[in-house]
Amino acid sequence: MTTVQETRTSRSTSPTGQSGSPARGPWLSRTAFALTLGVLTLVFLGPLAWMFLTSFKTQNGATQLPPTLLPHPATTSGYHPLLNTTSQTPVIHWFLNSLLAGAANAVLVTVTASLAAYAVARMEFPGRRLLWGMVVGTLFIPPFLFLIPNYIIVSKLAWLDSLWAVIVPSAGGAFGVFFLRQFFSSLPHELEEAAMIDGANRWQIFTRVVLPLSRPALSTLLVLQFLTNYNDFLWPIFVLFSPAHLTLPAGLSILQGAFTINYPVIMAGAAIASIPAIVLFVIAQRSLVESVSRSGLKG
Amino acid sequence: MATTLSPRRATRSTPAARRRGGGWVAYLFMLPYLVIFGGFIVLPAVYGIWISLHDYDFALPVKPWVGLQNYQDLFSPGSRVYSEFWESMRATGIFTVLSVPCLVVIPLGLALLLNRKFPGRTFFRAIFFLPYVLGVAVIGLLARYILDPNIGVVNYYLGKVGLSHTIPWTTDLPWVWVTLVGVTVWWTLGFNAVIYLAGLQDIPPELYEAARMDGAGKVQQFRHVTLPGLRPVLVFVVTTTLLASANMFGQSFLITKGAPGNATRTAIAYIADEGLVSFRMGSAAAMSYVLALFLLVVSLVVFRLFREKEAA
Repeated sequence: MTTVQETRTSRSTSPTGQSGSPARGPWLSRTAFALTLGVLTLVFLGPLAWMFLTSFKTQNGATQLPPTLLPHPATTSGYHPLLNTTSQTPVIHWFLNSLLAGAANAVLVTVTASLAAYAVARMEFPGRRLLWGMVVGTLFIPPFLFLIPNYIIVSKLAWLDSLWAVIVPSAGGAFGVFFLRQFFSSLPHELEEAAMIDGANRWQIFTRVVLPLSRPALSTLLVLQFLTNYNDFLWPIFVLFSPAHLTLPAGLSILQGAFTINYPVIMAGAAIASIPAIVLFVIAQRSLVESVSRSGLKG
Repeated sequence: MATTLSPRRATRSTPAARRRGGGWVAYLFMLPYLVIFGGFIVLPAVYGIWISLHDYDFALPVKPWVGLQNYQDLFSPGSRVYSEFWESMRATGIFTVLSVPCLVVIPLGLALLLNRKFPGRTFFRAIFFLPYVLGVAVIGLLARYILDPNIGVVNYYLGKVGLSHTIPWTTDLPWVWVTLVGVTVWWTLGFNAVIYLAGLQDIPPELYEAARMDGAGKVQQFRHVTLPGLRPVLVFVVTTTLLASANMFGQSFLITKGAPGNATRTAIAYIADEGLVSFRMGSAAAMSYVLALFLLVVSLVVFRLFREKEAA
């Protein structure tokens, strides 16, 4: 506690040096700082706000110059073609496909990766080092190398044009196992040993001791994996074909072709696609950002 | 399971030994993952080489062995693929060379800004990170609308402040590169900034204090305390950004559609065209290994540069 406070107080004065240089004028530098933050906020939120606002404009309202900030008149007509499930662009289908695929992939990754990570983190077995070396090694293979062969493998499994192609292959990635292994390794061994003395087997220790203690890590991985799968673009646009089977990112590029200049419709599609990601981000912001920053410090 | 485990447990008495599970139980835990890992990571990595050694046309029943022909074609001027392949490699190279410095330097500036203590710091950190959680499809559509040369708001406001209002952001050189790099920086800078920020907070404040006692100004503090303290983080940021930039696909596919001509069609887009649209998968697989080899060499060179700096 004391160390935290010490760090805080010394940091608040040192890097900025505001207190040390009265000649500079803290007022001026503080204003410049606030102004910079304001402009940056506008740059980062502005385009997203523009997307949501445009989705409620009429076609003329979306393309008129000078542009108006607020939709006038405001309309939901941009959303109507997207809700029609019989059209060539059933965005609502794509949305549900994406949610389903993203959730299924996240669960698949979290289940298989937690089992594997537990074995690697806590058990000694022949071939462990070799196997772990292989898994980590694949982190360095650029993903496009799998594009052609996996397309052929998926076609041989008759998974082309089905959500299986989006759900399963990417679950082979090493990130989830790597992420959870780091966390499992940090758990105290005493807990496991106590459970062993009580006669618990490996499975019981895993499900009753390790998993409950790992809830924060498991939910972070679920969110990260969902977002990755939900946003994936390159793979779905090539393995899915029929309008009813597309995921949202794959569908959006078709939407762009179908409604070339109808920007309210296109922006409505983009807005629908953004909502789950933004909601998840708002909920899990802290743990997401922390897991990202930790990944940099470890690497 | 329990019966096979219990005698073992009895023979091992030390806590360290008890930690060790049985061999096959560990494999049982790993089995589900290993099946997917083997099927969609290990198998394709090897299978891809085999494909690249064949005239593998997905649509035809016969796929004759051609040895290294697919690779030789990539390096023989005048072959069917030569000029298009190298033009796409050039596009990937240009994008990487332009975007990596921006994505290394600009997020660092932002992280320095956010490292100051002020109310709402976490909130602003979240705002700059927000675009990163959106997919490239959303970013692509949004950029295309805002940067539309005729009705886009960017050109309109540029005209308002007395600059050109007819900039062909999505259709003509060199503006297409400005667009692709700018959009990518806007979209992904939060990721690198967050990593820098964590690195900055790991630098002990005492070092800054000591530097100031020695009379170091802000610039000197940055050079002699901040930069050396960030070295491991910098290596990570440069390497991951390099790999991400070399993997660029969606931005050019959606925003510029490769225009003008095929100038902004990246290597991955060409590999996908060749293998997944024209179904010449042997040739496409060979291309992906050549691109991977390029990446490997570049990453090794970058790593070497940082190591040498460290030694000096």
